Amino acid sequence: MSAGSIPSGDQIKDPGYPTASENYLTNSKGALSWLFTLDHKRIGVMYLIGVMTAFFAAGLLALLIRLHLFRPDGAVFTGPEANNWYNQVFTLHGAIMVFLFIIPSIPAALGNFLVPVMLGAKDVAFPRLNLSSFYLWVFGAIFFVGALMASGLDTGWTFYTPYSTTTDTSVILATSGAFILGFSSIFTGLNFIVTINTMRPPGMTWFRMPLFLWATYATSIIQVLATPVLGITLLLLIAERVMHIGIFDPEFNGDPVTFQHFFWFYSHPAVYIMILPAFGVISDLISVHSHKRIFGYRFIAYSSIAIALLGFLVWGHHMFTAGMGPMTTIIFSALTFTVSVPSAIKVFNWLATMYKGSISLTTPMCFAIAFIFLFTIGGLTGLHLGTLATDMHLHDTYFVVAHFHYVMVGGTLVSFLGALFHWWPKMFGKMYSETGGRLAAVIIFLGFNLTFLPQFVLGSRGMPRRYATYDPEFQTLHQISTIGTLLLGVGLLVALFVLLRSLVKGERAPANPWGGATLEWQCTSPPPFYNFERPPAVGDPYDFSDIFWDTENERYVTVEPDRKIAPAEQPEPAHAEGTH
Amino acid sequence: MSTIEAAAENAHDAHGHDHDHPSFLAHHFDTPEQQFDSGKLGIWLFLVTEILFFSGMFCAYAIFRMLRPDVFEGCSQFLNTKLGAINTGVLLFSSLTMAWAVRCSQVKQDRGLVAMLAATLSCAMIFLGVKAIEYSHKWEMGLLPAGLYFYDPANPHPESHTNYLFYICLPFMILLGGVVAWLVVSLATRNKFHVQCAMPLTVAAACFFVGIGLGMVLESGGSEHAADEYQAHATTELEQTAAIQLVSSGESEVLESLATESNTGIQSELSARQRQLENAGTAIVQEGDEIAGAIVSVEENVMTQRKAGVFFSIYYCMTGVHAIHILVGIGFLVWLLVRAVRQDFNPQYFGPVDYVGLYWHLVDLIWIYLFPLLYLIR
Amino acid sequence: MSAHGDSKDGYDFAHPLPVPMLLSVFFALVLLTIITVAQASFDIGSLDIVVVMVIATIKAALVMAFFMHMAYDKPFNVIVFLSSFAFVALFLIFTMSDSKQTSPDFEPVIEEVAAMEVASTPVAAGEPEVSESTAE
Ligand code: HEM
Ligand SMILES: [Cu+2]
Repeated sequence: MSAGSIPSGDQIKDPGYPTASENYLTNSKGALSWLFTLDHKRIGVMYLIGVMTAFFAAGLLALLIRLHLFRPDGAVFTGPEANNWYNQVFTLHGAIMVFLFIIPSIPAALGNFLVPVMLGAKDVAFPRLNLSSFYLWVFGAIFFVGALMASGLDTGWTFYTPYSTTTDTSVILATSGAFILGFSSIFTGLNFIVTINTMRPPGMTWFRMPLFLWATYATSIIQVLATPVLGITLLLLIAERVMHIGIFDPEFNGDPVTFQHFFWFYSHPAVYIMILPAFGVISDLISVHSHKRIFGYRFIAYSSIAIALLGFLVWGHHMFTAGMGPMTTIIFSALTFTVSVPSAIKVFNWLATMYKGSISLTTPMCFAIAFIFLFTIGGLTGLHLGTLATDMHLHDTYFVVAHFHYVMVGGTLVSFLGALFHWWPKMFGKMYSETGGRLAAVIIFLGFNLTFLPQFVLGSRGMPRRYATYDPEFQTLHQISTIGTLLLGVGLLVALFVLLRSLVKGERAPANPWGGATLEWQCTSPPPFYNFERPPAVGDPYDFSDIFWDTENERYVTVEPDRKIAPAEQPEPAHAEGTH
Repeated sequence: MSTIEAAAENAHDAHGHDHDHPSFLAHHFDTPEQQFDSGKLGIWLFLVTEILFFSGMFCAYAIFRMLRPDVFEGCSQFLNTKLGAINTGVLLFSSLTMAWAVRCSQVKQDRGLVAMLAATLSCAMIFLGVKAIEYSHKWEMGLLPAGLYFYDPANPHPESHTNYLFYICLPFMILLGGVVAWLVVSLATRNKFHVQCAMPLTVAAACFFVGIGLGMVLESGGSEHAADEYQAHATTELEQTAAIQLVSSGESEVLESLATESNTGIQSELSARQRQLENAGTAIVQEGDEIAGAIVSVEENVMTQRKAGVFFSIYYCMTGVHAIHILVGIGFLVWLLVRAVRQDFNPQYFGPVDYVGLYWHLVDLIWIYLFPLLYLIR
Repeated sequence: MSAHGDSKDGYDFAHPLPVPMLLSVFFALVLLTIITVAQASFDIGSLDIVVVMVIATIKAALVMAFFMHMAYDKPFNVIVFLSSFAFVALFLIFTMSDSKQTSPDFEPVIEEVAAMEVASTPVAAGEPEVSESTAE
């Protein structure tokens, strides 16, 4: 199929390149045309810049943490305040990464760009709401910066009471920030659900939607259902701090375990807000770069929804040692195993898709394969943690740290990078250096494993998390981990360099550089302002049979057998008069 | 394939014609119905988030009521059922006028729409007025969230230095002044549109004070009654209370002798105190606890900072967040009213009225639950 | 849930409710409110909460079905809205049942200790507070 030459005599469909007045990046100029844009693509790009900045900031904090842990008594922060400094740094690292980077990364940044284009719609259903989500994100970020400037935050990203009601760091600022970010996330989710429900063009049935859209839909369900609970939890926490309402604060007969219930009712589903879009990305990447129909489309689609719903039943696995009742712990432990089933279904389907595919080892594919490795490790260690007995030993150790970094960094971040490399030509119309991209992928993969694999060992040997100092016996492993972090950092910088360089030096990207069959590849790179001038012809998103490599122009083209097409295909002059 | 494309082309044609793509239809929608359906699904989803938002507080309520039913029963007496009931009626009526407003916009009755929106707004204002009376009354008595609580049954109406009611009313007075000024100016300049907007808004703003008046009348009647009833209830257990008083002063022999099989209340007091003593060598000293001496007439000593305080925390959180929703709703209603005067709505474009209506009904819906859960505990 | 454009060209979709229906729903709601308030003055023990909740739910159903047009809305919208209650139930049931299980371990806070130590007369003393759970 794709590898062969173009059958002669057939009609080649390729949208070509956009003119400057069509291109969404250049069709209007000036800072204001960006700041007040209602175009989902521009909003997506602004989100992208925002989340990358947040990622960079939080990444530097991570580097500080790891450097500090190079020596058992702490290498970076010294003096009497050393431990407080350490607490603040890991808290802000976690909070910024979770609320400002991971949660909006794929859904808000890439989702905004992709959802309408993949769907074949002109825009999201509520463009103004979309812009306001972005500004809510900005406000939330400002609050976080404010907290940082004021007196920092040292509660951990989880804001557990009673510590968060007594510490004199800026809990109120930070929680207000998270509250606002919550609404940003809710509105994004709401917008996508409505867009996918009502903006599908004729022919785009539910089961012709790319799997990324299914994943986004599932994510949006969680965003809409879970995030409000975080909102009220944080509001009650603020009230608790301001006037001691006695719901969470034990000093006034409140129950801190109740806070944990409230918090995890949101935050466990929130981890699926982080990973589900990544699943969607990987489904598309694997299929496109293996040039093979996705295996078990419906299973992948339904398993996204299943994960979204089952994800609401397991929050208690974060609280096994917090003082829950014995019956509750058992129920939550049992339920935890159910979520791993749909996750595993996906992994099997991806492997089956790759099997006998004609795999192009492009940069996105390298990331996708790295994802499968890393997510599998992360997911399986989740089962160790979900088992009641082993969790008693592993809870609050580096094992947990390693687990969630495998799923959040190895899973979400890696797939975010894969997605970025995959859709970069579409977003900015430039091709990057394939060698550079692959190099970045390899360095990131190695650096990541070097950082976090030792942490599993550390954790199972009893190294607790969130400590600024440790026993000398752990030193070697900690040092390996720190070196890994540096390597990981180098890999990320290489990736950044490759992408930024492409903007300046990159070749112009064709409409379909990878041979994808979903709708975004049918419009030009970058897409025109209105995405599609007319509702596009919707076909099977994973049918690659009529996509061929055009060696001459180094691009993939859609080839259609020469046949009579409905008269509407040609512009009719008689008709054109009637239109505006 | 060809049929799909043909269909697509038809759709394209359909909105190519100007009369088919009216001004109220956003460019990215094809038909008014698509636009309406999108908005409608959007607002339903938003209501879902609202329900889950409130669920946190209902959960807190349920937990504390389950664990301390006596506290809820005792504290509920301090909420004036009459005021609650009146407010329920007012909100129900506003729901009626809102639903009617939606109907008006659907059948293009522009005047009716303005009238119905104004009625809804007025009801919202009355609701807030009554609420202001309730809140200020409780604040003066010190029935506040746990951390600020200072209610003293021996002296339930302490000399208050702050006139809370005045401070609540102040923004509404300014608001009323503003709208009246607007009305006067627009009457003077004979700007018809502005007069049509300012007139109903003036009525609505004034309705806040109708609510205040209503609240005052009912509160003066109702509160005494409730207090009497409560007092009578309390005296029946006076004996027991007195016993606890003795006990607390340190005469634990008395406590033990009183802790008969039947008197589980005192038994548990005793065991709890023993546990506390074992656990804590030193007692927690709490600032502002001097008033504690006066818990004489209160049955089971429910009216303490850490018991009643938590009830009132929950009460203020729930009704406060609800009142914020009313305020937001008022904002939306004003916006609708102005647009209604401008005659923006028609049978193909009544979405905004419908969406705000749904929001408004949800706010009503939540009050339907809050009223019995907070006011009607026996 | 199919895409748009499936009924009457996408232009005729308003569904106004007749005024008599709105009015009768309103009066039913008022009547139910009166009933709830009235029942509160009878002592029906622990059934109380059930009764008020049932009445409140009937009222809520009336508001939803008619004022909110749910009886005439798209089934999908109805499902979306009603399913939120399932999640609320999930949240409430798990959290409450756990609170119930753990409440016996819950140490009540001594209240008004200051007064106990400062005051010497019996009248001025407070007493420790007991949570309901320990009283059981
Ligand atoms: C595949 C199924 C998964 C299972 C069975 C699972 C299980 C668990 C368990 C039991 C814990 C609690 C460990 C403890 O604190 O003792 C945990 C923690 C965590 N998991 Fe997972 N997990 C899974 C997937 C994920 C995914 C996909 C993510 C995120 C993308 C994630 C993110 C986290 C985070 C952030 C924490 C730690 C939270 C904290 O305490 O700070 N997990 N996981
Ligand atoms: Cu979890």
